[in-house]
Amino acid sequence: MVGEHSSKQYDQELEGIRSKVLLMGGMVETQFDEAIEAFRVGNAQQADKVITDDHAVNQLEVQLDDACSHLIVRRQPTANDLRTVMATIKVITDLERVGDEATKIARTAKSLHERGMIGFNHYDIVRTISRTSADMLHDALDAFARLDGKAAMQIIAQDDEVDHEFRSIMRNMITFMMEDPRTISSALDTLWVAKAIERIGDHTKNIAEYVIYVVEGRDIRHTKPVIERDVAERGEG
Amino acid sequence: MMSPTATLSTVSQNVNAASSKPKTKTKTLEISGLNFYYGKTQSLKNVSLDIHDKQVTAFIGPSGCGKSTLLRTLNRMYDLYPGQRAEGSILYHGRNILEPGVDVNMLRAKIGMVFQKPTPFPMSVYDNIAFGVRLYENLSKGEMDERVEWALKKAALWGEVKDKLNKSGLSLSGGQQQRLCIARGVAVKPDVLLLDEPTSALDPISTAKIEELISELKQDYTITIVTHNMQQAARCSDYTAYMYLGELVEFGETDQLFINPAKKETQDYITGRFG
Repeated sequence: MVGEHSSKQYDQELEGIRSKVLLMGGMVETQFDEAIEAFRVGNAQQADKVITDDHAVNQLEVQLDDACSHLIVRRQPTANDLRTVMATIKVITDLERVGDEATKIARTAKSLHERGMIGFNHYDIVRTISRTSADMLHDALDAFARLDGKAAMQIIAQDDEVDHEFRSIMRNMITFMMEDPRTISSALDTLWVAKAIERIGDHTKNIAEYVIYVVEGRDIRHTKPVIERDVAERGEG
Repeated sequence: MMSPTATLSTVSQNVNAASSKPKTKTKTLEISGLNFYYGKTQSLKNVSLDIHDKQVTAFIGPSGCGKSTLLRTLNRMYDLYPGQRAEGSILYHGRNILEPGVDVNMLRAKIGMVFQKPTPFPMSVYDNIAFGVRLYENLSKGEMDERVEWALKKAALWGEVKDKLNKSGLSLSGGQQQRLCIARGVAVKPDVLLLDEPTSALDPISTAKIEELISELKQDYTITIVTHNMQQAARCSDYTAYMYLGELVEFGETDQLFINPAKKETQDYITGRFG
């Protein structure tokens, strides 16, 4: 999308950061997928792997933060380079938190299956929300890689679906708990999982917002009407 | 006592007020349709921009882009050289300073200039400053002493030279010499100071002092600075103009230009992608 710097070294440093962010994104995506899978089939080993992998994700966050500080000191980035570095610092914070939420899901999956207390089809309940969130996360990383502002805008709009789905799960779980108090424990666990997935949707939305900042230089955080208008306009166009 | 809600809404109003600062600033110089020729070579092409009152405006761009030429037209420094001419208009207090009838000496007293290399006169520190003042004003010894001290203080040099006012200006360090030149420019009480790469021959500490001085001087003067150092433009200017091959590519508020430039050419230059 943009030409090369007069300094090849600068190009390499920026490219190094970008590809490491995508590596981190891939790791987090795997964590999320595996956590949901562990929750679905009750695979404690897989849940443990998700928990262990989180260390590597955390390490990458630290490394990337450091790489960004170095780049600022050495290159004093401006314009799109500056926006890329600023967005990267924020994107990796959100990615690291997605990793944390996936770890939470894995822990719940483990404890739920160790206790063997499931009175309903727990996976079916979170299937839709987890698919939507997983797709969003994948698309957000893709938009970051391709600097696709239009795709990012659509991801932001999708977060409403996730929030809506979460509220519906909550109502559903309340009904279960009222009907049969023996399900309270597993219903609460399922609800925590749904909440973790909903948070992943929020972090993904943040990442999409940073993509727009990099591409267009606009900070659209906390500007819902603007986002709705943009989505409507772009949808027609 | 205000309710918590009221306090919160007041705060949010203040936040909004701060973000929408007034854009209507007084213009000191209005440049429009400016063309400049070195003989047959055209080195400024239809340049139009406003220099705002008591603000710092930086001109950036690669060598030969016309930024120094533009600066030199603002006080008709080019008049000293045959074959150089400017067309278009530069309005200063409602008058086009490019017109023939303009008193160039008075113009240069009002629009002073400091050059890339320090240019102290081969005379004492005191006389370096008094020399310019004597050309325009008839001051008593006491008044002149006050003026010299005032100018040296404005240029943040007084503390370092007050005990050697009779020493030669050439005995000062490079950074001090440059501040002496700024003091000389300030002493005649101009409206505008033109700085042509004022720190390119200085070490980082002297550079920092000059940059600090620029932000002080901006309280009283309109400042225009040409610099090769983009970080310097980003640090000390309010407005930045990016020029290339004699044309004004982009002009805007410095923060905006360095974070989110409107033109791709500007972005390529300030990010170092200039081939």
